[in-house]
Formats: sequence, C-alpha cells, structure tokens
Amino acid sequence: MKSDLINFVKDENQCTVFVQGDVDLSNSSELRKTILSALKTSPLVVVDLADVTYIDSSGIAALVEGLQYGNSHQKSFRLTRLSPHVKSIIELARLDQVFTIND
Amino acid sequence: MSKQNRTTPEKVIEVTDLVTHYGTRKILDGMNFAVDRGEIRVIMGGSGSGKSTLLWYILGLYKPTSGQIKVLGEDINQISFNEHLKLKQNIGVSFQSGALFSSMTVGDNVAFPLREFTDLDENTIRIITRMKLEVVNLGGFHKLMPSQLSGGMIKRAALARAIVMDPKLLFFDEPSAGLDPVVASEIDDLILSLRDNMGMSMIVVTHELESAFKIADRITFLDQGKNLLTASVDEVKQSKNKRIMDLLQRRSRHDKLDPDEYLRRLTQENYTLS
Repeated sequence: MKSDLINFVKDENQCTVFVQGDVDLSNSSELRKTILSALKTSPLVVVDLADVTYIDSSGIAALVEGLQYGNSHQKSFRLTRLSPHVKSIIELARLDQVFTIND
Repeated sequence: MSKQNRTTPEKVIEVTDLVTHYGTRKILDGMNFAVDRGEIRVIMGGSGSGKSTLLWYILGLYKPTSGQIKVLGEDINQISFNEHLKLKQNIGVSFQSGALFSSMTVGDNVAFPLREFTDLDENTIRIITRMKLEVVNLGGFHKLMPSQLSGGMIKRAALARAIVMDPKLLFFDEPSAGLDPVVASEIDDLILSLRDNMGMSMIVVTHELESAFKIADRITFLDQGKNLLTASVDEVKQSKNKRIMDLLQRRSRHDKLDPDEYLRRLTQENYTLS
C-alpha cells in the first residue's frame, strides 16, 4: 500500500509504517486501517513518525488502537523517530509512558 | 510549519469599531481588539466593563449594532449558518460554570462534540475522550456524573470537552474563579501547556491578577465598553493609567454622581437605563 500519507516496508519479521505530512480527521482512518492490517500479518509493527508535521487526537487514537490490538493479539507495536510535534502531543497525554518508543 | 499554524490566520480575532447595545443601553462602545495566532490574551476589567459581552459577540451569540468581528479570518456576521457551524468546530469554549450536561456522565459530556460533529467510531471516540480527561488530570473519572465532581474537577472536565475537537482557538471564562490557589495554579499550568504543545490561541477572561500575570502574553483592560489598554505583563505592571492602577490595586471606582439621575433611578416607576 502506498499513499501520500503512508508507506510501508515489510519483511517476514516486521512491518515499518512511514507516516508523513498532516494526520487529522480527514485521513486518520487510513492510518488506523494500515496499522491494524499490518498487525494482522506481522509479529512486529513499527510506526515511523519523523515526517509528521501535524497529528490531531484522531491520529493519536489510531496509534493507541494499534497498541491495543497488538497487546491483545501478542504482537509488538512500537513508535520510532517522533517528530517534535508528535512528541509534544504524546507527552501532553502522558502516552510516552504507554508506548514503546525507539529513537 | 505545523498544520495548526499553516491553516490559521496570523490574526485569530479581529474586532473593529464594535458597538453593541442591551436594550437602549450601550455596552461596547467602539471596541477595537485583535489577537495573534498562538497568543494567550487575558481580558480584565471591572464588573460591567464589557468582558463577557465581548466574548458573547465574538462567539456570534448576538448581532452587533455596528462594527466587524473576524474570527479565524471569517467575518462572523457575513458568513452562512453552515459556514458558522464549521467555524465553531475550530473553537472551544470553557464556561465559568462548566456548563456540563447534568444528565450525562463526564465521559459522555466530553465525547459530545465528537459524536455531534464527526463520523469517528465509538472505540476511537472513547480513546480520544479518555485521553483528553488524562490531559486535564481526570483520568478514570469518565463514569462519574457532574454532580459528583468538585468545583475544580468540573472546570477541568469542561476544559476537556472544550479541547476534544483540537480547536485552534480556545475561550476560557474565569478558569480560576472559586478555586483554591493550588488548583488554580494547576489550571494555569494546563493553559500554558495546551498553548505550547497544541499551538492553540487563547482568550482568557479573569479577575485573578496572579493568574493573568502568569499566563498572559498580553493583557487587555476593558473599561466602560472600550479597550482601555492592551499591553504585555511588564507594561501593565508599570502603567501609570489611574484606572489600571485602581484595578491592579483593587480600588473601587467612584464615579461622580449625577444627583438628578440618581433620584430618578430611586423614584421613577418606569425608569429604564439610558
């Protein structure tokens, strides 16, 4: 799957989802579907958020739903390379204590 | 530049020559007022100075006698009903009383705008709602009814509802009123954190000097329906304007009395304010 918002690279061990640009009500459902779909076929899903310029609450909720699904299906779900904006939003909601975040 | 900044005009509020009346009584008298993107603007002034009235007109609750009000670049008295509805989704309001629906749980109160204005599914709505409650330090309180909350908790729940749609512009009416100093200080920290982390522009009406000095980028003093002074905190503290000094030192104003008018107020059966 490839879109302006989301790309991913996949092998047998993991799927890395690259998100870029603005994530808001108009496209957060696409992010959610991609994450859940990746979790169904990969034991480890990593979401790279380095190029996210804006993320609203529905986008953050899509990430939480990914973690929720991963935890209930014995899959690993991680975030990596948070852009400064994403980092500040995640810290505001204290979700940095909930997600596994890699640099 | 984030989307919040790219899609938000440089001036989030522009009020020009605003005149309003309540009956025949003039309330706002040629008000001029502008707020920059990302700014926390505190509005102060004595009772009856026009603070709340200004908010009501900026929110489009009433039509002014004359003047222009632009909110997020839109002239609110020229746009259609649907355009106004869309504009309102970018505006959050936290009322002094909280204005929570007493028949709904705290969670349903906070979720209300998401259910009204979005097509998000219930799982996503639940996550966003509880996330906002976490932001205001009410994590886990979603099942309580408003009647079970303290005054400070009601204000924080109202704030969670005001920010649930990630608004560009947030209005607070007396966020610290009636709260103990520790809780009031926590609300101030929350206001600063929302601006810093979410890039919201804010207008805060308050009587609390300590709070105003802590959170304001600029303070606007209203007096008798006019913008008496708009200035930074330091400039306000150094102001030699007598009325500003009175307000800062909590001295009451003693207007010169018109004895004939006063007598009419006391005695005339059909007296109305003019």
